Amino acid sequence: MSLDKATVRRIATLARIEVPDADLEATAAQLSGILSWIEQLSEVDTSNVAPMSGGIDMESISTKPRWREDKVTDGGQTEKVLANAPDPQDGGFFGVPKVVE
Amino acid sequence: MTDLTSLTIAAARDQLAKKEFTALELTEAHLAAMDKAKDLNAFIVTTPEIARERAKAADARLQSGKAGALEGIPLGIKDLFCTEGVQTTAASHILEGFKPPYESTVSQKLRDAGSVMLGKLNLDEFAMGSSNMTSYFGKVKSPWKAKGRSDDLVPGGSSGGSAASVSACLAMGATGTDTGGSIRQPAAFCGIVGVKPTYGRCSRWGIVAFASSLDQAGPMTRTVRDAAIMLKVMCGHDPKDSTSAPLSVPDFEAVLKQGVKGLRIGIPKEYRPDGLNAEVAALWDQGIQWLRDAGATTIDISLPHTKSALPTYYIVAPAEASSNLARYDGVRFGQRVEGKTLDEMYAKTRAAGFGTEVKRRILIGTYVLSAGYYDAYYLKAQKVRALIARDFNEAFEKCDAILTPTAPTAAFGLNDKQDDPVAMYLNDVFTVPASLAGIPGASVPAGLNKDGLPLGLQVLTKRWDEETMFRVCQVLEDAAQFPLLKGAR
Repeated sequence: MSLDKATVRRIATLARIEVPDADLEATAAQLSGILSWIEQLSEVDTSNVAPMSGGIDMESISTKPRWREDKVTDGGQTEKVLANAPDPQDGGFFGVPKVVE
Repeated sequence: MTDLTSLTIAAARDQLAKKEFTALELTEAHLAAMDKAKDLNAFIVTTPEIARERAKAADARLQSGKAGALEGIPLGIKDLFCTEGVQTTAASHILEGFKPPYESTVSQKLRDAGSVMLGKLNLDEFAMGSSNMTSYFGKVKSPWKAKGRSDDLVPGGSSGGSAASVSACLAMGATGTDTGGSIRQPAAFCGIVGVKPTYGRCSRWGIVAFASSLDQAGPMTRTVRDAAIMLKVMCGHDPKDSTSAPLSVPDFEAVLKQGVKGLRIGIPKEYRPDGLNAEVAALWDQGIQWLRDAGATTIDISLPHTKSALPTYYIVAPAEASSNLARYDGVRFGQRVEGKTLDEMYAKTRAAGFGTEVKRRILIGTYVLSAGYYDAYYLKAQKVRALIARDFNEAFEKCDAILTPTAPTAAFGLNDKQDDPVAMYLNDVFTVPASLAGIPGASVPAGLNKDGLPLGLQVLTKRWDEETMFRVCQVLEDAAQFPLLKGAR
């Protein structure tokens, strides 16, 4: 699989990472190298195999994820929540660039 | 007086109980050693005030007979664990200055057991790497050197600061995390013990997430006994992590003397590819002989999908990382680079905040999850992962434990050219399969190569059977008589 510059630009937009035009070609080459190495998986026969979607192997499951009781266990810590924010706002808000005109 | 920093956790625990020295003296000895070894760059942040304060509190509890399991033991904490009020960065610029208002479950358990935090240990950025070369806060040097040479070596990664600090006797033990080998490979490179428990043994709550279905915390220590002591404290059910297992915690230390008589040890043929490093292969053979001498039987087994494990991992892990790292958006915590619009702010913040390898993995992850490619890559990888797990399940019907090398080579040079990401990924070829299957694995230092550098052997067992893993590890450690640095033992 070989990625072109337009595809890299599209992925970078989806990932919200700015990639300068000058770097697109080199990035495309590197990602293509990794993807062509990954392609070897297509040789593995996976017909009738259920996907393993977590760290727990569903075929020999020994613990199942459990529901916990649906009740409030924490909260009312606005100051702590905002303590690390780059642009905390009075009244308990995260500041962001203007979104609505 | 002997050098306090070269003691094992087990010895220090017993001598503290007998009041042969104080916890504060033990902590001061480590703080002094850390000061002298600053050039290793093992710590991102040191916390001497916290260490002294906790050591004094430990002394008070030792006096009053209320000592915890790790009372007064000085430990390093990988900078991937959130620590209350102490900067936690995951070795990334994007989290520089972040001070969590809470403590991770694992580091809280270590605190509650009386241990003393010395500081936050360096790592590959977001735990993505096998060399500790991707940290924003600089590379970590291994305390080991090749015979007759002065050039610096990598400590391995991602838990490179943890491995270097424990090996150099700057800390008695350290926390690590392992997603594809990040505890076991650096332990092998630095000649220490590293244990990745079963997925679900340790709570992931408060650990900066890389790949949630693979990440596990574990101990890194100089002896098998010390790892058993530390792991017992670190694991246990936590309602705050839905994948944490509601199982009781065995007394791992109690099984160490049981030996391996009668155990069946599987030797997987796929871990001996053509061109396997001859010294690694010879050490593996030696390990097989040690276990036979101790009364185990060995049998040849096959794990047919081994070859597919690395490419599977490099779909699953980046896919999960691309989702997990979406939270670093310059809004709630960490660094921000201003932009005219919200999207521009996100894109500039993430471009400036993440390093090259992290960006590469986010882009790969985004691609394999994107519309039109999900089935071909991500779903396919999840199916191959199921086959890899099945291989282990079938193998453990025939054997009780599996023995393999930990890494394909010894540590490489800190300044070696690293321009091929795939070549670097191959470091984890022997550790990744167990991560995908969620089974426990440990690396034990087993010998030196002709350059005098450590090599490790890996022990794998079935899910939740860390006890058998520890028994095999103890026999290997006893047989190997590995020469720890600073004469530690």
